[in-house]
Amino acid sequence: MEWDWEFVHQIMPTLLEGLQITILATILGAAVAAAVGLVFAILRMVAPRPIARATSFAVEFIRGTPLLVQLYFIFYVLPDIGIRLPALVAGVIGLGIHYGTYAAEVYRAGIENVPRGQWEAAKATNLTARQTWIHVILPQAIPPMIPALANYLIAMFKETPLLSAITVLELMNQAKSIANSNYRYIEPMTLVGVFFLIMSLISVFFLRWLEERYARVDER
Amino acid sequence: MSEPIIRIDNIVKRYGPLTVLDGLSMEVLPGEKLALIGPSGSGKTTILRILMTLETISDGFIQVDGEQLYHMKKAGSLIAADERHLHKMREKIGMVFQHFNLFPHKCVLDNVTLAPMLTKGIARAAAEKRAMELLDMVGLADKAKSMPAQLSGGQKQRVAIARALALSPKIMLFDEVTSALDPELVEEVLNVMRKLAAETDMTMLLVTHEMGFAHDFADRVLFFDRGKIVEEGKPADIFRHPKQERTQTFLRKIIAAGHRV
Repeated sequence: MEWDWEFVHQIMPTLLEGLQITILATILGAAVAAAVGLVFAILRMVAPRPIARATSFAVEFIRGTPLLVQLYFIFYVLPDIGIRLPALVAGVIGLGIHYGTYAAEVYRAGIENVPRGQWEAAKATNLTARQTWIHVILPQAIPPMIPALANYLIAMFKETPLLSAITVLELMNQAKSIANSNYRYIEPMTLVGVFFLIMSLISVFFLRWLEERYARVDER
Repeated sequence: MSEPIIRIDNIVKRYGPLTVLDGLSMEVLPGEKLALIGPSGSGKTTILRILMTLETISDGFIQVDGEQLYHMKKAGSLIAADERHLHKMREKIGMVFQHFNLFPHKCVLDNVTLAPMLTKGIARAAAEKRAMELLDMVGLADKAKSMPAQLSGGQKQRVAIARALALSPKIMLFDEVTSALDPELVEEVLNVMRKLAAETDMTMLLVTHEMGFAHDFADRVLFFDRGKIVEEGKPADIFRHPKQERTQTFLRKIIAAGHRV
């Protein structure tokens, strides 16, 4: 077994195409997770009790089952009831909903960590509910959330190879098909690892920076 | 004799099975300085929180400045107040908290200007001018750009007083405003309040364990125990010649605990 730079050169364009899809799926998945998480968090915090309970159950259910199973369900089972989604869309929805449950928990903790006195001070200075959220609660709740959210973003990025199971042509899937058709695994798989490592290292430095910037604890 | 600015009529406050206020009635005249004293759990802080609409009442009526606080007229009958009515009523009332509750992400100046700009639509320049006057009054004009975390407890509380005053309420509620302070910082806050009492005709309700201050500050003292007013009167009468046994016991304990009268 020998490392073949010629082969590397030859497969690089295809792998980079895959990397693009991986990054795209991560970004879209993160956007969906951020929005879905917000909906979950709000439902759990302010909806009438039966709806809040149902949401809590759904969140536990989603977290308690593997992402891979959920992806199969969205891509291969939903068509049985007439919902046919392109692979990438199914993948983004799967990632988004799965990580949305984690985002919801981060939101909830962030908001509940704002002391009750802040709500009371806002009321005593006669701010409306909207003004209280925008000017008092969210500016205090969001900064401590950022490192935790970024952590999940990195975790989600590293889980995108699961999308290869539902035919999304992301990095892992491209590498696999190159390997299968050329009977050479060492170069494509090594490169997949290297790509992920580079991206993760960049993310980790970024995360450190975010933590230093936002995670300090303010007094009330 | 003028009309009371606050008229509390037979209010009941329950938390689950616990009844905190049980048919309480009292009146406060415009400009009056009232001290509410009593053991913890006697309901005195609850009254301030109810007036600030931080708590709701289980039963009864409260009239503030000629209008019902928790009720409003609709088609001739009295119904529960909606958020809009409460919002309008809150304009009349300001509150200073035991734990200051400054907005930690905003500088001192922004703490004071935030609400006037948002709730009264006052332009930034005008709001800042007024805020600087108030900060000057509480002796903190030089701290306008500081963040709350950089201030001592006494300074924070003085900013909180300026923040409440910036909305020009008719009634100010002070909820144990010196209880969370180190002893050496108590006096600077009390001095601001003395100045305020002397210079304005605002109605002030004060819940306190500082008996000496209550004595000097208040026109009238109410002694609370178990959700009821046990005794009320002029400070000199309540502190020197309490009639009720429960008042006597309470004052004895407070003095034994090292508070001066």
